[in-house]
Amino acid sequence: MKLVQKGMAGTMESSDIMVTVEPKEDGGISLDLTSSVMQQFGRQIEAVIRETLANLGVENAAVTAVDKGALDCTVKARTNCAAYRAAASEDYKWEAK
Amino acid sequence: MAEKKRLRRAMMFVPGNNPGMIRDCHIYGSDSVMFDLEDSVSIMEKDAARFLVYQALHDLKYGKKELVVRINDLNSGLGLKDLEAIVKAGVHVVRLPKTDSAQDVIDCEREIARIEAENNIPVGTTLMMAAIESANGVLNAREIAHASDRLIGIALGAEDYVTDLKTTRSDGIELLFARCMILNAARSAGIDALDTVYSDVNNEEGFIAEATLIKKLGFDGKSVINPRQIEPLHKVFMPSEKDLNKARAVMGAYEEAMAKGSGVVALNGKMIDKPVVIRAQRLLELAELSEVREVEEI
Amino acid sequence: MAEKTFKLEEIPHVSEFSNHGEFKATKTRNTATFQEKGQSKDKVVGSLEEAIRLSGLKDGMTISFHHHFRNGDHVINQVVAKLAEMGFKNLTLASSSLASVHAPLIEYIEQGVITHIETSGMRGELAERVSRGLMDFPVIFRSHGGRAEAVASGELHIDVAFLGAPSCDPFGNANGYSRDDDDSIMCGSMGYARPDARMADTTIIITNNLVKFPNTPCAIPESDVDYIVLVDDIGDPKGIMGGATRYTKNPKELIIAKTAAEAVKAAGYVYDGFSMQMGSGGASLATARYLRQMMIDEGIKCRFALGGITGQIAAMHEEGLIEKILDVQSFDLDAAMSLKKNHCHQQSDSPTYAAYRREAAVNQLDFVILSALEVDTDFNVNVLTGSDGVIRGAIGGHPDTAEGAALSVIVCPLTRGRIPCVVPKVNHVVTPGSVVDVVVTEQGVAVNPARPEVAEKLKAAGLPVATIESRADRAERSVGKPDPIKFKDKIVGVVMYRDNTVIDVVKQIDED
Repeated sequence: MKLVQKGMAGTMESSDIMVTVEPKEDGGISLDLTSSVMQQFGRQIEAVIRETLANLGVENAAVTAVDKGALDCTVKARTNCAAYRAAASEDYKWEAK
Repeated sequence: MAEKKRLRRAMMFVPGNNPGMIRDCHIYGSDSVMFDLEDSVSIMEKDAARFLVYQALHDLKYGKKELVVRINDLNSGLGLKDLEAIVKAGVHVVRLPKTDSAQDVIDCEREIARIEAENNIPVGTTLMMAAIESANGVLNAREIAHASDRLIGIALGAEDYVTDLKTTRSDGIELLFARCMILNAARSAGIDALDTVYSDVNNEEGFIAEATLIKKLGFDGKSVINPRQIEPLHKVFMPSEKDLNKARAVMGAYEEAMAKGSGVVALNGKMIDKPVVIRAQRLLELAELSEVREVEEI
Repeated sequence: MAEKTFKLEEIPHVSEFSNHGEFKATKTRNTATFQEKGQSKDKVVGSLEEAIRLSGLKDGMTISFHHHFRNGDHVINQVVAKLAEMGFKNLTLASSSLASVHAPLIEYIEQGVITHIETSGMRGELAERVSRGLMDFPVIFRSHGGRAEAVASGELHIDVAFLGAPSCDPFGNANGYSRDDDDSIMCGSMGYARPDARMADTTIIITNNLVKFPNTPCAIPESDVDYIVLVDDIGDPKGIMGGATRYTKNPKELIIAKTAAEAVKAAGYVYDGFSMQMGSGGASLATARYLRQMMIDEGIKCRFALGGITGQIAAMHEEGLIEKILDVQSFDLDAAMSLKKNHCHQQSDSPTYAAYRREAAVNQLDFVILSALEVDTDFNVNVLTGSDGVIRGAIGGHPDTAEGAALSVIVCPLTRGRIPCVVPKVNHVVTPGSVVDVVVTEQGVAVNPARPEVAEKLKAAGLPVATIESRADRAERSVGKPDPIKFKDKIVGVVMYRDNTVIDVVKQIDED
């Protein structure tokens, strides 16, 4: 997936996470994460964001995430949405359950 | 899980772009939850809500809840995108908004069937319900109700409907015709008749009055927009102990007659007709389902 | 005077009943009018500084305060600032509790003015800093009953009590409201200030409202008061009490509340003449609403409600559903107003409420509904520290009422946001599982195996009973397994049980 612009998804509401994905030339994924549950879940949130981007084939991106206690499924949904918006793409890859 | 016949008293709308509500919606005791991608989601956030509802259906466990998604109308260009995501995520029931004709149902079904076939999902797995929100829809209710085997029910969407009629919502008289049409159409097709939302969340008395009315008419259930409406609605649908005792007596007499091989059912010297037996049976089933209050391990 | 007809030494056993010898003469009588005497103001001193000087306070002594002004309190900060200015060091600050408004204490702790703290709890920046190792000596956390006991026994000896009062007469009769004056600040009951006034070597009342003698009714009698200081500002009325505490509209809390009411009913503790206490948290307070309906439906009454009192309890009293209220702390203006006007709504002091070594009102409770930050699979409850290990709460009367009541019910959501609240092990134990009977969540009710009869009754009533372990599992499955909180070795707080034994310690959080 090729990122062409800054993409943002999510809100600052409780149980949500606001994810911003920006294109970057190289250097892999940089992640700036703040979370209301940093100590307990920071490690897991970071892992989910990185895995979601890897699944989309995003190799280089500057990611900022402000978490307010989102579940993993919300982290995935917001990261996916921010990345698709950053790629200006609607070529969604839904997986059958 | 997807079941065509099941209890549908409270069907709770859950805004599709609200992660907190999506996480908690299963704890409030509604029979169905309806994730909404349509009216509660702004046009700028349609994709975000779709991602969120898709992921929730995919990853979260909702136990025995019926999972419905209200998609955007197919003509908007968004409805098809919604279907692509949620059918694959295993939605139980697709709620089609603004259904004006049988053709709307047929068009939607064709897309669902295609997505199922493309993804090795047995064709027919995904059920549907149609919301009728216009004068045309109400007049076509019978054809709509018969338009697909996937339909579990038809529902009234009153806000758009009253606008179409050039009136507003008041004491319910404005909805009487639509409700009766929808109810008769649903019964003619053997599916559920489901009533519209009551928007004034803080008016419990008004809500109970409306719920009582639609139960009297014969509706199976009603959309709710707040968890606080669920319990009062279920109370309205809960048969009284007196009715239950009568129903038990009727069923006792019926079983006795069956055991004796007699075609005539009598209770206290009075003959009982078949419809009375059917009603008694339904009442007891409803009571049994309503009383379940175990902790669901999900 | 008539001629003497006896000799003192002729009276049998005189040394055993009179140490004062023989009547000589009356002291000079004061024949001024009551009105004139009212002007004298013997106890009213010119300034806080003068009162402190007169009290004989020295470095290393213990000063006490109450928390009836909650987050509107301006007394503690004002007094400690004055003490710092006067050069005092190494003081022990013993307050019945502390709130976010007390963040300025940080500065005085850093300066060595305050070196020890005793409290029921703390919040905000002060609590954050304490959790990060602000103090060398650990903060001593006691329950309200435990503090009453420690003050009574001398384990917590108070040298000087500085007690803010919304009304006081020139002789020291002080109260949390005034029947003379409807514009004054109200805090309602001053139950936690009363043992301090009684037991302190010196008691100073700090008020902005000097009223005429007699200030009746009063929380603190003049016999317990040495000095009175009139100041402009004792606190912010809005922070001292909100208007009415409203019933929650949060549907999750309502489910929990309804289930809790059904549980106490099913367990057999809602009958004509029962007794109860409930906390001011959303779900525990809302339980009152469902109990109210049950009482109306069944035509039964509650003999007394105890503890921190809210407007909801006061309203049930006024409706005739609750006969008597024992009010140790009024949580809102409606409760304070009820205390002011209803004669069966009475102030109760903390020893009467919850003392451990003698009979106390908590022992007469049928049930108590209590909140929790965390509860674990051994039924231990934490109400002191958040899921991140940082202090952000108060013990209050939690262990006192849990142990005293015939049935203790904890209302707690399975999760808050992403944080599981029913967990395998709480970060800190405040109330031990041995005094916790029922845990009500929005997804099932767990009953302590020590109360099998309660479990049976709840099941028979159709309540969704499940094991506590299954609830902790459910919580973890829905939010994921949190990484454990890391602590350093330094102990920053000691948690005392109500008998003043150590039940747990709070360590400095490790953020490295």
